[in-house]
Amino acid sequence: MAFTTGSAAGARSAPPRQPRSSSARLQAWLPKLVLAPSVAVSLFFVYGFMIWTFVLSLTNSRMLPSYNFVGFGQYARLMANERWWVAASNLAVFGGLFVMLCLVIGAGLAILLDQRIRQEGALRTLYLYPMALSFIVTGVVWKWLLNPGLGIQAMVRGWGFESFNFDWLVRPEMAVYTLVIAAVWQASGFVMALFLAGLRGIDDEIIKAAQLDGASLPRIYARVILPCLRPVVFSAVMILSHIAIKSFDLVVALTGGGPGYSSDLPATFMYAHAFTRAQIGLGSASAMLMLGGVLAILVPYLYSELRSKRHE
Amino acid sequence: MSMSTAQAGEVEVLHWWTSGGEAQAVGTLRDLLESEGHSWKDFAVAGGAGDSAMTVLKSRAMSGNPPSAAQINGPEIQEWGELGLLGNLDDVAAEENWDELLSPVVADMMRHDGHYVAVPVNVHRVNWMWANPAVLEDAGVEIPTSWDELFAAGDALREAGYVPLAHGGQPWQDATVFETVALSLGGADFYRQAFVELDQDTLESDTMIEALETFKRLRELMDEGMPGRDWNLATRMVIDGQAAMQIMGDWAKGEFTAADMQAGSDYLCAPVPGTADDFIFNIDSFAMFQLEDEESTAAQKTLARLILQPEFQKTFNQLKGSIPARTDLDMSGFDSCAQRSLDDFKAASEGNTLVPSVAHRMAMRSDVQGAFFDIITNYFNDESMTAEQAAQRLSQAASLAL
Repeated sequence: MAFTTGSAAGARSAPPRQPRSSSARLQAWLPKLVLAPSVAVSLFFVYGFMIWTFVLSLTNSRMLPSYNFVGFGQYARLMANERWWVAASNLAVFGGLFVMLCLVIGAGLAILLDQRIRQEGALRTLYLYPMALSFIVTGVVWKWLLNPGLGIQAMVRGWGFESFNFDWLVRPEMAVYTLVIAAVWQASGFVMALFLAGLRGIDDEIIKAAQLDGASLPRIYARVILPCLRPVVFSAVMILSHIAIKSFDLVVALTGGGPGYSSDLPATFMYAHAFTRAQIGLGSASAMLMLGGVLAILVPYLYSELRSKRHE
Repeated sequence: MSMSTAQAGEVEVLHWWTSGGEAQAVGTLRDLLESEGHSWKDFAVAGGAGDSAMTVLKSRAMSGNPPSAAQINGPEIQEWGELGLLGNLDDVAAEENWDELLSPVVADMMRHDGHYVAVPVNVHRVNWMWANPAVLEDAGVEIPTSWDELFAAGDALREAGYVPLAHGGQPWQDATVFETVALSLGGADFYRQAFVELDQDTLESDTMIEALETFKRLRELMDEGMPGRDWNLATRMVIDGQAAMQIMGDWAKGEFTAADMQAGSDYLCAPVPGTADDFIFNIDSFAMFQLEDEESTAAQKTLARLILQPEFQKTFNQLKGSIPARTDLDMSGFDSCAQRSLDDFKAASEGNTLVPSVAHRMAMRSDVQGAFFDIITNYFNDESMTAEQAAQRLSQAASLAL
């Protein structure tokens, strides 16, 4: 996994030399030239559309975009919309649990696999496999498994435990947790792979030194190995949190936002309003708030991570 | 196919009829059009309720390249008309005498600003109840004609080990059941006042509260696996004899037909209790966009004319499970449910008890409808919300729309 290999060597490169010949000048310009098209495309398609969405969120656009500006009226409507608050609080529950459980389970599995066991390759593939599926497939599979009339509940009851209850999928207050189950099932193998690569990248000498000092294995993991995995945790949190915030397909396939709209997430809210309910203005406002949410989490995190690296 | 015709034009048709029977039905229209020398460019976007098709249509319209005809239903025709994008079909309508052929309620929906801009393809009745006679017989009950009878039958069916009412807990299905209950308890005038006029007093009235309560009580008759279930899977439960009845529009017939069942003997249809004289309609229609090109406009007008031709109306609606949009056709080839549906449609049209469906975007603008869906489905699923609160919130949603 490329995420874990530190780029310290590249970062501390030699001081820039003065370009002397034209070929050297070309060499200096080449990276910029090569990157320019993709920078331009990103500027337009990512940041340009972000700005456009912001502009739309200030208008009263309904079925098609219009440019009648109404100030922050759409944001006010959004704040008064109960369904939006359901979606936002669901995201907090879903995102928090999803990132945490994936990290814990992924790290746990990686540590177990790291014990130089037999058949490691096969096991690793087995754990990683769910990641190969699309969230739509995961959603449909879990929809059947969690359906009280067909899946786990029916099976356990069939074994004779008549009072067994596992009907989260159809209970409005629990449905959001079924999303967590399915998403964790899908992504924790991937986190395991990240951690495993990280563990393998740790210098054996450190561990041997700790062993010589008489540290026990759990203690070595807790004090020596896991702190070395900071960059891995960083990558994992970044990837998982963006999966959580943009979660759409899983909700559509697993619960359809239901029962009622109890398992709605901001992404499904935004889609429903902007595209099926002819409320592009309101949908854009919700999209901007999603963006705000992402920035509120990522900017401080990125800042602290990058700053601490510079001081290393 | 004669490509040599001087006026040969092309129509590009956006629709979401992609399931087996539907695709076959569209095929007949294409054949008819091609036999007139025009060519058909199919623009099918899958997705039952047409949400994705509408998204595609909006992006095409925004880029100034709309298809010639698109499946647009109900008040959305007006929304598109207000944007000034729709063409004018008045000459075809005058030539073919649409004013006579169509029921006034239907014709009004097809007009924007007094001009015809769309053609109706078919009429679906929403307030139908489908039943499996073998299951009813096994539990010793008749098909109910009042809500009390339905709840009594429900107890007997439960005892015999069946699910009394198959249901899919998706917002539009919840709304489908709710609108039939509201119509049953309040009647057509009440229904129109509440859902078309969006009158706040009516939305908060005692009748509305009673309708909401009866609606929630229906949960007793459903199984716990319903949330998120598709409507056709619920119909499948009736077909398989797992459930006794389902409240659903007549597109459910397609599922029964696909399972080789005959109307009247293998499965029964009856109006939802208390709505025998009423008719909640869901009309599929094609709106025609304004085109620059003269040949394409001619082809488009041919398409509009062909859609209401008896030949197409008959084949199409037999395949789709609906009834013809024009009421003067011989119905002998149709099954008994469709025949009854057309009779009721005519009677309701004369008796002024023909009302548009809320669940199928016939009654109100899509933003209000969305808000209503949220409230109805949330009320149905949330044990702690009372009927009074739900009625209050419906009225609030209506006030925001005005």
